[in-house]
This record gives sequence, structure tokens and C-alpha cells, in this order.
Amino acid sequence: MAKPSLRDHRNRPVVAITGIGMISSLGVGLEENWQAMTAGKSGVHRITRFPTTHLKTTIAGTIDYLKGDFQSLTLQAGELAGDEAVRMSGLGKPGDFPGPLFTAIPPVEMEWKLRRRLYDAADPAISDAYDRMIAVAGEANDHHEYEQLMYGHVGEKLAERFGTKGAPIALTTACASGATAIQLGVEAIRRGETKAALCIGTDCSVSAEAVIRFSLLSALSTSNEVPEEASRPFSKNRDGFVIAEGSAALVLEDHDAAVARGATILGVIRGAAEKADDFHRTRSKPDGSAIIAALRNTFDDAGVTPEQIDYINAHGTGTPENDRMEAMSLEKVFGERVHDVPISSNKSMLGHTLTSSGAIEAVLTVKTIQSGVILPTINYQVPDPGIVLDVVPNVAREQQATTVLSNSFGFGGQNACLIIAAEPA
Amino acid sequence: MSREVWITGIGLTSSLGEGLDAHWQAMVEAEHPQPVINTELCAPYPVHPMVPLDFDKQIPKRGDQRQMENWQRVGVYTAGLALADAGIAGDMDVLSRTHMVVGASGGERDYAVDSAILADVGKAPDPLDFLNERLSNDLRPTLFLAQLPNLVAGNISIVHKVTGSSRTLLGEESAGISAVEVAERRIRAGQGDIFLVGGAVIAERKDSIMILAGGGWGWKGDPAPVWARPEKGGGSVNGSVGAFLVLEAREHAEARGRKPYAQLGPVFSDRSMRRPGEAAANAARQFEAISNAAHHHPLAVITGATGVAGPTREERDFLAGLMEKGEVSTVRAASNMLGTAIDASFASNIALAALALSRKGFYKPTDDTGFEKPLAVAPEAIAVITWGLWRGEGMGLVEAVS
Repeated sequence: MAKPSLRDHRNRPVVAITGIGMISSLGVGLEENWQAMTAGKSGVHRITRFPTTHLKTTIAGTIDYLKGDFQSLTLQAGELAGDEAVRMSGLGKPGDFPGPLFTAIPPVEMEWKLRRRLYDAADPAISDAYDRMIAVAGEANDHHEYEQLMYGHVGEKLAERFGTKGAPIALTTACASGATAIQLGVEAIRRGETKAALCIGTDCSVSAEAVIRFSLLSALSTSNEVPEEASRPFSKNRDGFVIAEGSAALVLEDHDAAVARGATILGVIRGAAEKADDFHRTRSKPDGSAIIAALRNTFDDAGVTPEQIDYINAHGTGTPENDRMEAMSLEKVFGERVHDVPISSNKSMLGHTLTSSGAIEAVLTVKTIQSGVILPTINYQVPDPGIVLDVVPNVAREQQATTVLSNSFGFGGQNACLIIAAEPA
Repeated sequence: MSREVWITGIGLTSSLGEGLDAHWQAMVEAEHPQPVINTELCAPYPVHPMVPLDFDKQIPKRGDQRQMENWQRVGVYTAGLALADAGIAGDMDVLSRTHMVVGASGGERDYAVDSAILADVGKAPDPLDFLNERLSNDLRPTLFLAQLPNLVAGNISIVHKVTGSSRTLLGEESAGISAVEVAERRIRAGQGDIFLVGGAVIAERKDSIMILAGGGWGWKGDPAPVWARPEKGGGSVNGSVGAFLVLEAREHAEARGRKPYAQLGPVFSDRSMRRPGEAAANAARQFEAISNAAHHHPLAVITGATGVAGPTREERDFLAGLMEKGEVSTVRAASNMLGTAIDASFASNIALAALALSRKGFYKPTDDTGFEKPLAVAPEAIAVITWGLWRGEGMGLVEAVS
């Protein structure tokens, strides 16, 4: 007799997670990262990729063991994370993944190296700098080089490698992108459109110009002296985020289909939801109402109450503004209980991997649920009296967590949350 | 659950003007429709430049305008037109539940800063040190936000108070196709009642032209219709377009007493490596599904064909085959009038299809090869096609609502 199909509280297909993978400055693969992070190790270090003269911030969580241009690094990181997740899931065949691709990528930019090459190769008689570069680019007529500058490039190449079906979706919701990629996969499976989806967040975009831009917005930590101690989410002496790189991937499947093929189910996505903020380009509404609405929408979508949450994987960037707003909004939604639920920030160790952070945090959340170990918030030496939370200070904690909230917020009023849980009994 | 998807609001801006009447006038009522092409701005690459817009009308705070790059301003302006057209501008209850899916790329660079750096960086003893110093000193702090793709949507939230959700898809034409597809599928499945979808593109940007030129995708000759270009080497003439649609579940529109321009049928997106025949094979599958879903036959076609030789020739042959079989009545390349609208191509083509169905008319041919046949009877169903310059093939069905 066929097993009855598993449905959620709204009679929708349940979305299972059957494969996860990640890479970061701490290493390639989930296990290497997990070992480092349960030991409270930081991946933040002094920048060596480019000179840091004149920069206010000289530290980052760059991935230095991969080589290439930014588009290439972002692609390589996505491939490595995707490989691990797809292999773990055992779904499909190599290069033939039976579902769509949802990928979160950073904005695409031409590098100064190429700009300079074009400019220097041009006829100096052309006075306008861009006209000069256009003239040389037009003569070069080099498909390969310029395809890499298309916003669709990384998604296309990932779709090609994994053999996902249909047009890949590449997206950005700034620092909520990784969560949004997962949300798109959840929605497609719930619609019954596909039995599986591959969701990848990947971002390797730490350049001098990127550091300068975030510095100009006063977003980055300038605690350059001891790099591994610079990212201090929820601490009183936090002074900004540390820019970083990484990628993570999840294979999502219709729970029934995963069971039917005998897959190991690592967990389920119980709910995903969002809410846009209309207050400011980089700041949340002072009353936290947009973040609060994103949280409430997520609980509603998941059919879960705050009482059921036993761990929160924070957005926790370490900027004064974010951590204060996140704590305040959680307090409004959780009430007094907020002080008892463990909450930690993976960014204390990895730095802020921007576009990919939501995916990385989802993957680490699944690992937490599986292993019964909650990752610490390291560098927590000076508590912020305004943020009274159990931040799992400095040392990982053995504690079961079966239903976990993961938050992601970004510039442009982006707020997206996920609730990830152990496989339903 | 499978609900009807209605198109209840349209915002459209381009080289032809602002709003639906301007486009109808230029593309239907004009005796001989003529595109607006500027051959000087980005010479040798012609472009269809955006008409001047009075941004104050949709973005009342000058401070907000200053925080945006031009493409963001056009996007926010055009989104405002769509919201007003759908009758939801200022309706905070509906706007707080309206979801956004925007197709976008990044914003324009600061040419003055780049040019000054390029002029001197080669002479500096340490070029990378020089670059750090100049970028640190010369970049405007807010420029980064004006360049971020998701800040079109972000600024729409701030200016127009659309806050249900905000997603930005990347990837040129494919981003625009997927934006409409995601919204259509979510509405049909009950994953949201009302959506604002679309995008904006500025063609007269030298940083974008540089990529068009480098990839060998740009048309450099005298203006010629897209169907005539493959035989002359091919190439795209990019156009500035803002296109936003309000898509809504029929029940939701009826409950607030709104009539649609048209209904949106299924939308399909796909990819191929563009080996000969691959894009047409995707399109053939899409067309079959659309044709099966359509209540009216034959279908008229509105396409964003780019003029790039390989894909345009392949699309022309594919469509010629459908016309021969009587499955397609006629074809119009909207790109002849608007230019290649990249991220905004698909949404603008859907907008033009919905407009034609609501006004029970169709666009005049703008093609001297004879491929675009005049149409005696207005179509009741239109297949909208966009193939990307480089990648991505999409198709959607737009049908009249009786």
C-alpha cells in the first residue's frame, strides 16, 4: 500500500532538505567548516588579495585558496557547494539534476584590470575614456570575455554544470538573497511544479572598490588590529560587519518523492516569508515593524509559534543598527521568552558573506538540527546591556534544536526568514 | 488551486513616450510608425533613448530622486504609473500586500570618476595604491546604493509603499521573463493575490554599450528592422524602456471592481546553449503548450527579437513555419520600435499585447522585408516572445477577456 502523502498545515507538499554543502574562508566542505566553527574558529584575516593602502578596513573573510576573477570565484564557490549538496542528496545523475536552479549572486561588475587594459590599448586621440574603451571592446569582439560580464553568466554556468531544468533564476535581495533563493525553491515544490530544486547562494566579491563602498556607508568594522576578533555580533563594542566570501547549496525535495527514493532527509523547510521595508535604503523602520512582519509571516507560513522555536540563527551582522533592530524585533515577537532561546551569529566566525549568507546559515542550521550542537557567537567579551539574549557566547553548546528560525535582512528593505525543522516523525 | 491571472495595470515609458496612449499613437495611429533612434549618443552604436520624464510627478521628494541612479528613477517612475493605472496608488492596504518581482541589472558608473582615474592610473608609481586612494576620495557615498540592482525595488517600496515583498531577478532578458513567470505562477497557485512586476533599462549608457560592443552584439549600421539585420551581420539596437505590470488574481480584481486589459495565460522560460536549432526547439515546446492553453486561434506574435544574427534568423524561420501552418497570423517585432529592452523586454511586450487586446487593434508592421504582414482582424490571443541577446528563451500567452 502506498504511504499517504505528507502535507503541511495548509495541505501543501512538505519540502524536505536532502543535500547540503558549503564553502567559506574556513575551508571547502561542510565538515571542514563545521569542525572549525564548533571550535569557535574565525575565518577573518588580513586582506592580501589587493593592497589595502588608504583603506579604513584591511580585514575580510576572503576565500584565498581559489584563484580567478570575481565572476570566476563566485562561480567556482557555487560549483563546490553545489557539488557537495547534490552528491549528498544522491539525486539525479552528475550533470542531470531533475529540477530548477535558484541561485543568489552578487551584482556583476567589470574589473579595473579590464577597464585599464581597454583604455591603454585605445587610440589616445579619442578624448572620452568610455569611447576609448568601447572602441577597443568592439574590435576585440570577444564573446567569451564579455559573456562573463552578463548578469546571467553565473546562473547559466551553474545550470550547465548541474544540468538543472529550465531557465535558471539568478536573484538578489541583497543580504537576504540566500534565503530568497531557498524560498523560491520552496514555492516551486509547494506548487507541485517540480519534485526537486537546487538552491545555491554564492558570493566572492571582495575587491578594493567593494570595501571602499561599504566603508563609505560606515558599515564595516575597522577593528583591524586582531582580524579574527573584529566581528562581534551583539557585543557592546561591535563596530560593523566584516565583509567575507562563501557559498552554500541545498537540495530541496518534495518529501514524498524523497521518501519514495529512499533518500536521507536532513530536515524540512517549515516556512519561509518576507516583508519589504519602506523606511530607508539602508535602515529599518525604527519600530521594527517590517522585520516583525517578516517574522510573523514566517510563523504563519510555517504553522509554528514562537514557543516552538528552540534556536535562532541570527542575521547578526555586528553592525550597531542591525543587531539592535534584530534583538528588538525578536523581543516583540517572542515576548519574555526571547531571553531564553539560544541565538547565535555564524557571522562572528565567517564574517558577512552578503549574498550567500542566508544560504550558508540555512545549511549550518540543518547541521545544528542534525548534530545537536549550537554554534557559538565568538568575540563576545563585552555584553551590550541593550541586548539581553542568550547568544551562546564564545563556546559551542551541546543542545538539541528541532525547530529553528533563521533571519536574513538586507539593504533595500529586504527581510526574509526561514523556519527549518527536523524531519517530521 | 488554479486561478485566472489578470493584467490590471500597466506603466510604460520608452523612446516613444510615456504611457499607453503615446505608444498606441506611435505604433498604431501613426501613418508610418517611426522609431526614435539616436545615432550620436553612443556612436557608432545607435540607441533608442528614453524620453525626458518629469520625475517629480511620481517621485515627489527630490531627496529620493537624488538617491537614485537614472535607471532606478525610470523604474520607480514607471512602477508608479502602473500602480496608478491599476487604481492602487496610495491604497496602503493593498500596497502592503502587493508583492514585487523586478528584473534588473546594475546602475551606471560615475564616468567622471572612472575617466579621471583611467587618465592617471597608468602614470602612478603604484597603480593599485593609486586606485585605492582615488576611489576612497572620489566615490560618492550613496553611489553604491544607486547602483545596486535590488534598489529599484527598494526605492519602489520607499516611494510608492509597495511592501508585500520585494525580489529582484538578475540575468538580462531571462530576468524579465522569470519575473513575470514567477508572479504568474504564484498568483495562479494562490501564493499571493496581487503583484507588481517589470523592470527598467537605460540604453544610452556607455558602460552597458561597452559590454554590447565587446560581446559583438551591437548593431553599428544605419537603422534597419531586426528581420533585415541577420543578412547584414546582425546586431542589437538597445532601447531605453520602463515596463511594469500589475498582475492580479481575477477574484482579487473583481472584489475591488477592476476590469483587466487582458488575462495572462501560461508563461514559460528556458535556456539553451544556442547551438543551431536549440532555441527554436525550446520555443516550439513553449508554443505548443501556449497554443493548447489558448482559447482563440490563430495567435498573433509580439517579439523582442534582438537582431543578433544567429538567434534572429532562427526565430524568424521558426515563426515563418508557424505562419505557414496557420498557427500564427502575423508577427511584430516590438524591438523595431522600442529597441532591445533587455530586462524590460518581456514585460514591455506583455504590456503591448495587453494594450492591443484591450483596444481591439494591432500594431502596424515596421519591417521592410515583408515578414510582418498586415492584419485585417484584431487578434484575440497573442503569444509574447523574448529571446535574450546571449541566453534565455521565454514565451507567454496574453488573451482578451470577453
